[in-house]
Amino acid sequence: MFERIFKRAILTACLAVLFFPARADAHLVTTGLGPVYDGIGHFFLSPGDALAALALALLAGMRGTAAGRRALFVLPVAWLAGGLAGLGTTGWTSLPEDIAGAVSFLLLGILVATDIALPAAVVAGLAAALGIAHGFFNGMGMHEAGAGTGVLQLVGVAVTLFVLVALAAALGVAAKPMWARIAVRVAGSWIGASGVLWTGWVLHGLK
Amino acid sequence: MKTNDKTKMETDMKTNSTRHSRRFAWLPVALILLALAPAAQAHIIAGEAGGFKSGFHHPWSGLDHICAMVAVGLWGAQLGGRAMWLLPVVFPMVMSFGGFLGLIGVPLPGQEIGIALSALLLGTMVCLEVRPKRLIWPAILVGVFGFYHGHAHGVELPPGQSGLLYSIGFVIATGTLHLCGITIGLLHRWSAGRLTIRLAGGAILACGVYFLWAALQPETKETAPEKAKASAVEPANFWRNV
Repeated sequence: MFERIFKRAILTACLAVLFFPARADAHLVTTGLGPVYDGIGHFFLSPGDALAALALALLAGMRGTAAGRRALFVLPVAWLAGGLAGLGTTGWTSLPEDIAGAVSFLLLGILVATDIALPAAVVAGLAAALGIAHGFFNGMGMHEAGAGTGVLQLVGVAVTLFVLVALAAALGVAAKPMWARIAVRVAGSWIGASGVLWTGWVLHGLK
Repeated sequence: MKTNDKTKMETDMKTNSTRHSRRFAWLPVALILLALAPAAQAHIIAGEAGGFKSGFHHPWSGLDHICAMVAVGLWGAQLGGRAMWLLPVVFPMVMSFGGFLGLIGVPLPGQEIGIALSALLLGTMVCLEVRPKRLIWPAILVGVFGFYHGHAHGVELPPGQSGLLYSIGFVIATGTLHLCGITIGLLHRWSAGRLTIRLAGGAILACGVYFLWAALQPETKETAPEKAKASAVEPANFWRNV
């Protein structure tokens, strides 16, 4: 009895709330979702960054848990550091960012596809280089956009990156059966092939 | 007592069934609404959705490309073992290099003939179930033809698209075509399936002969960029390359 009254009360309250709607600010391009959420959403809107991070995480995972752990911490920290450096730099253009993206696709894709036995330190070095380069251009872009909330956006980016690397590296570590390893290597070859084509696009645009 | 239990059970089952069907009554309505959904125009950054779409569409836009890529998958499945995944990895990698050279404007003579030969020779390999002793030879053959296909795509690219998304779509479509070939090639474990695959190879070989005949005809009207523009804009030209 009490439960029924309680449910009806909740329903009535919900209906009453509907009569007092406030303006919805969601989906506004101008206001965004707030700086941290904009940073979290960055990887969903930037396949160039997301796939590069994914390739590195898969590479680290395939090289074992030690390499995976190093990448998990090095990549977000390097991305954040690069981003902070980029926030203080002006003169952003898309060309260097595209070149960095294409090179990272190509290099990491080929490393995943060939399944070369790299030491964990080399994987950590690659994670640092990738994080600094991509983070730097992210920071420059945020500075150019002039939002003034770049640090918070970078925090959102780094947190998402941590989650992304944790999941993808775990997938790479778990890829023990032959078919799973082949699937990861094929994915790497596709990323590498996309990198070659992207390089061609960049050079095509220079003509 | 037993009869009562039975009746009660039947009533319960009927009630459950009615409840179950009521619970999912919304499903057909939802599916109909989904089928009627218009294209969402929100949040598209200029050129990007078009870039992925046109990149994904490009390998499907010509029967010559489809034949060659499916034949690679079929041959890989016939050879089995490492070949099953090695050939479909080699083809996109070398194809992207060909696309790269096409994009930066490096010319490749005999491009159409090379593409026609790819369908002809790969179809022959599948039809005759050729098994080279060393895996390097199929890889080289597939790589050479992948280069020709990639170059053709590189010079036919539509202008004003996102390079990255176009590239991703293009590579995914190529890989999907290989997967189609491999999936069909799994029939190889049955004797009737082996015959079916060889017949499919024969069909690809026949297409290759036609492509070669068409490629050897004197060039008449359009230049390559005009061709690309026409095929990118008009859906009616989807199978124009046949």
